[in-house]
Order: sequence, then structure tokens, then C-alpha cells
Amino acid sequence: MLQAESLTCLRDEEALFAPIDIDLPPGHLLVLEGRNGAGKTTLLRALLGLHPLTAKSLHFRGTDVLRERHALCSGALWLGHLLALKGDLTVRENLRYNLAIGDEDAAEDVDELCANLGIAGYEDTPTRSLSAGQRKRAALARLAASRRPLWLLDEPFANLDGPGMAVVERLLATHLARGGSAMLTSHGVLPITLPATTVRLEHAR
Amino acid sequence: MTALRPYQALLARDLRLAFRRRADLLLPLGFAVLVVLLFGIALGGTPERLAPVSAPVIWVTVLLAGFLSLDGLFRPDVDDGTLDQWLAGPTSIVGLMYAKALAHWLLYGVGLTLSTPLLAMLLNLPVDLLPVMLAALAIGTLGATQIGIIAAALTARLRRSGILLALIVMPLYLPLLIFGSGAVDAVRLGESPKGALLLLAAQTVLLLTLAPPAAAAALRIGSDNPP
Repeated sequence: MLQAESLTCLRDEEALFAPIDIDLPPGHLLVLEGRNGAGKTTLLRALLGLHPLTAKSLHFRGTDVLRERHALCSGALWLGHLLALKGDLTVRENLRYNLAIGDEDAAEDVDELCANLGIAGYEDTPTRSLSAGQRKRAALARLAASRRPLWLLDEPFANLDGPGMAVVERLLATHLARGGSAMLTSHGVLPITLPATTVRLEHAR
Repeated sequence: MTALRPYQALLARDLRLAFRRRADLLLPLGFAVLVVLLFGIALGGTPERLAPVSAPVIWVTVLLAGFLSLDGLFRPDVDDGTLDQWLAGPTSIVGLMYAKALAHWLLYGVGLTLSTPLLAMLLNLPVDLLPVMLAALAIGTLGATQIGIIAAALTARLRRSGILLALIVMPLYLPLLIFGSGAVDAVRLGESPKGALLLLAAQTVLLLTLAPPAAAAALRIGSDNPP
């Protein structure tokens, strides 16, 4: 799915972290570890073309990302710190818009998705009136609805309670079982038991 | 047409968000009414004095009122991560800019144009000038929106963009203003407004061709990884 050789992100022309190698085959999970400010978020953004990066080689499903900078855009689904939810729109409207803007169709019925994510009954509530954890769940609904093969998740467990974390783990397990891959960032112990490869981001020097 | 689906979704979202905040939608209109009232009072209110200036005053007022909405064009999308999702997604940013511009024009251009009869009444604009005024404003505000999205895209990531936005936008409004109020003046003086209206339309077509791609480029240049 995603292969990289001595990959690092650049800030002011300098490497942000010591170069890493990535080999993420279909059906596998990769965890990016590192202290705060190590560059985990930046690496995910860089893969999507939102930040400069450098690598000996970088391939996504056979496409050379170094040459086609936005190669990941149609194949990857990214969930960042900012959830891209509009407070004035309901959970349902946000989900519909977020799917349509990427020209994706909901894989499942929205009511069912919300039930699976533990926000049943909030489908028609504006996300402004939801708690931080509920908003996170509303954003995660997009993962459940999407069929994009690579997930790039930035701190997917932040703001979630125990059952919420279990929901994320279940989403990940289903995605991996379908042959999808996922890359997620974490700065601590992961609250999941799925097998994962860990890559640690260290100081550049 | 499934190819247009992302753009339709953005258009629908922007319209829906605007109607969820109806009060914000009425602010430019309230602003326009107040500015026109101030002018009317300052100029003394007699029809003879107002007749030659009412059309230009309405033009300036409508452009200023539309300008007020520009700061909110991209700011919310920058703040909640929507813009980054656009840049990281497969959808054409140029297409999204067209959707954004269309939504903005429908909300403010059409809205302010439709409120012109009220403004015209406050300024004693002769009734026979109203049709050409409406036509000129409908075309001119579409062009003004295009100028607006370039400026808003250029300043989208700046914390305080108000004055800068004004400095970029105001000089660019000038040609629209000249031919827009020129068309109304022509009718007032008993001439045909056709030439001025056609030149106004030509400018708007040119802006429609150039502005959305320019705005898309501005958003990319403003990101952490400029092309």
C-alpha cells in the first residue's frame, strides 16, 4: 500500500526527524510514535501534500508520490486534529457533505452508522451542541462510511472514552480485514490490541 | 451529473449555513440601508439634489456592503480544518472556488440587488432608472464577488485581514463602479445604457474566467507546502 525509504519532513529546509523507512502492506496497521513536536502530525500532512517532505523513494499503490505529489489524495482518508465539522450543521448534514465533497457514497445508512458509533439519536443535532467526544465520534462516522484504502488518523483516540476507543478499534479491525491499511499517530500507550508495526520519530541529529 | 456532485455539495452547504444564520445574512442589508440614509440626510433630501448622486451612492453602498461579507468567506473553513481537507482531497479546488463564488453571489449579490428598490426609494432615485440599476447591479455584483474571492483567498490565513482586504478589493472595484453607475447615468441623460452594460458584462465574464483559478492558486500558495 505505502512504501517509503528514508522519508523525512522538511521545516525551513531542515529535516524534522531522523529519516524513517515505511513498509505498510494492505491489511496492516502502522503506529507513528514520538514525543510532542516530533513531527507525527506533520508527517501525515506531508504525505497528503500539505507539507514539504523528502525521501529516497515513496510509493502509494505503485504510484511515485515524489513525482505526483497529490497521489494519495483520492486513495487516502485523513482525519486530523481539526475535525472539519460545521457547528451549524447536523451530524447527518456534515457526514453527507464530507462524503460528497470527496465524491464518495455512504457505504451504509447514516442512522446505522450513528448507532454503531454510539451517537444514535443525535443524527439531526447540530454538532455545535455535541460534546467533544461526541463530535469526535461524528467525525469518525466518515471513516465508517468511506471505502478509501488508506486511513491516516491523527490521534484517533483523543477525547474519547473507553467505549469510544473500542469503537475506533472495531472500525480499524473491519477496515484492515477488508484489506485496507491505516497509519495512526500516538504519543503514549495505545488503548488497542490490534497487531501493529511501530515507527518511532527521533530527533534528526 | 455525478461529476458536479462535490461542487453542488459545497454550494448547498454554503447556502444552508447562511440560512442557519439568517441574522448575519441581513447585516449587509442593514448596513446598506443605514449608509444610504446617512447620505440622504447629509445631502439634504431634496429630489433635485439627490437625483444626480443617488445611483452612484447606491453603487458604492452595495459594493461596500458586499465587501463586509468577504472576511467570513474562507475564515471558518480555515479554522475548522475544512480548507486542509479540500487541499488534501481529490476534488478540484478551482471547481470548489466556482461553487463558493456562486454561493456568495446568490446570497449577497442577488440579495443586495433585490434590496435596491428600497435603497432607491430612500434616495429618491427616479423610478424609470430602476430597471437599468437592477440590471447593472446584478451583473456588477457577480464581478465584485469574483474580485472578492481572490482577495479573501489571499488573506484567508491571516489573523487580521480587514484593512488589507479593503486595500486589495477597493481599487479593483473601480472599473465595475465606473461602468455600473455609467449605465444608470446614461439613462438619466436620455442615452442608451447598452455600451456601459456590455462593458460591465465583459468585465464580469473576464473576472469569472480568471478569478476562481486565481483564488485556488492563492489558497495553495498560502498552505505550508506551496507548489
